Order: sequence, then structure tokens, then C-alpha cells
Amino acid sequence: MRVLYFAWLRERVGLAEEEVDLPPSVTSVGELIAWLRGRGDNYAAAFARPEVVRAAVNQVHAKHDRPIAPGDEIALFPPVTGG
Amino acid sequence: MTVRVQAEDFDVGAALDGLTAGRSDIGGVASFVGLVRDMAPPDRLIAMTLEHYPGMTEAELSRLEAEARARWPLSDCLIIHRHGRLTPGERIVLVATASAHRTAALEACAFLIDWLKTQAPFWKLEETEAAGRRWVDAKASDDEAAARWQG
Repeated sequence: MRVLYFAWLRERVGLAEEEVDLPPSVTSVGELIAWLRGRGDNYAAAFARPEVVRAAVNQVHAKHDRPIAPGDEIALFPPVTGG
Repeated sequence: MTVRVQAEDFDVGAALDGLTAGRSDIGGVASFVGLVRDMAPPDRLIAMTLEHYPGMTEAELSRLEAEARARWPLSDCLIIHRHGRLTPGERIVLVATASAHRTAALEACAFLIDWLKTQAPFWKLEETEAAGRRWVDAKASDDEAAARWQG
């Protein structure tokens, strides 16, 4: 699964994107965030407050309870500030 | 209906002229131009860098345009949004809406910029003299402005 990070999440993780192999127990955006938190200090810092993390699945905004599947493109980012 | 996401500046006059060129059914064009604003003294903004999500940005702006056209009778609309490093006074975004009548054009333009601010995947990084570099927080007032168009 391809995971993309933006803005301060990208800086804290230290990657703009990566391919991850998820355990079968990870089936939603929220579970992905919880799983990422356990991958190291940089991830723990990035996802210290999961409630502020926004997500998109296949380039459409998604809530944390949105199911995910292999082949999806998941993006994780702070609340947007364009315009 | 056009969406453009680009690093380079745009010509507002040419963009608005392009919306109406060759047409006689349009009664009015409404537009909003967003600019990089300096800080209140004593702090000074050196630059603002806009990061975005290539692919989703264009898709989301197109979805916003489609929503505006579903709600108001628009002849055409245009969104241009820049990314990259911009300095105070530079243009960031243009939203323009054309319709037979002014109310549709004005309301759709306000809707598009309000929703763009809470939906389009852009993030602003400020560089200031006093505080260095800092990611801009989303504003509750922007959520409230977008929420007034719900339902």
C-alpha cells in the first residue's frame, strides 16, 4: 500500500511517501495511523495526536473509519490551509 | 469550467476576459483574488510556501466546481491556485464565476473560496523574521465560513 505524507507530517516522518505491507488486522485509516505510530520515534512524533490527522483514500477525503485495502493510495496530512 | 494549479503567476484581466470571450449570454462575472498578506508589525513575513497534493488538488477543485455548478446556474467558472514559494503581495488564488445574473455569480464565488479553504489539499508554511518557519494552523473561522453553505 502506498502512503503519502504532507506538510508537518511529512517533515516529522522524514518521508514524502512509502510503500508499506500492512498486517491483516489493519483495515481502516484509523488503524493505519495507530499502526504507523508504533514504527519508530519519528512516526510517534508525527502521529502523537491522531485526532488532528486528516486523510484521503485514492485522492478523496476520508474519515478515520474509512476501510482501506491493498492497492489504495492513502494520504495523511494536517488540516488544509489553502486559498 | 477550468481548474489550473501552477507555480507561475497569472494575469487576472486576461483570465476574466477568457471566461467571457465570444459569448453574449453572460450578465456578470464575480471574482476573488487571494494575496499573500504581510504580518502585523513588529513581525514580518519573509515568504509563504504552498505545498499541495498533485493529482488530488486538481480532482478536489474540479469536485468543488461541479458542486457550485449544481447549486447555481453558472455559464462558466475558473479556479487558478498557485503553489511554491511566494512573497508578500503576490497572488495565490483566483476564483471567478460567470452567470446570466449577478446573484448566482456572487454567491457561487463566495461558496467556492470558502469551500476551497477547507477542502483543497494545500498547506501554507510561513517564514517570518521573528519566528522562523512555521506551518499555518487551520482556522475555526474558515470552517464556520464553509459550514454556512451546508445543506
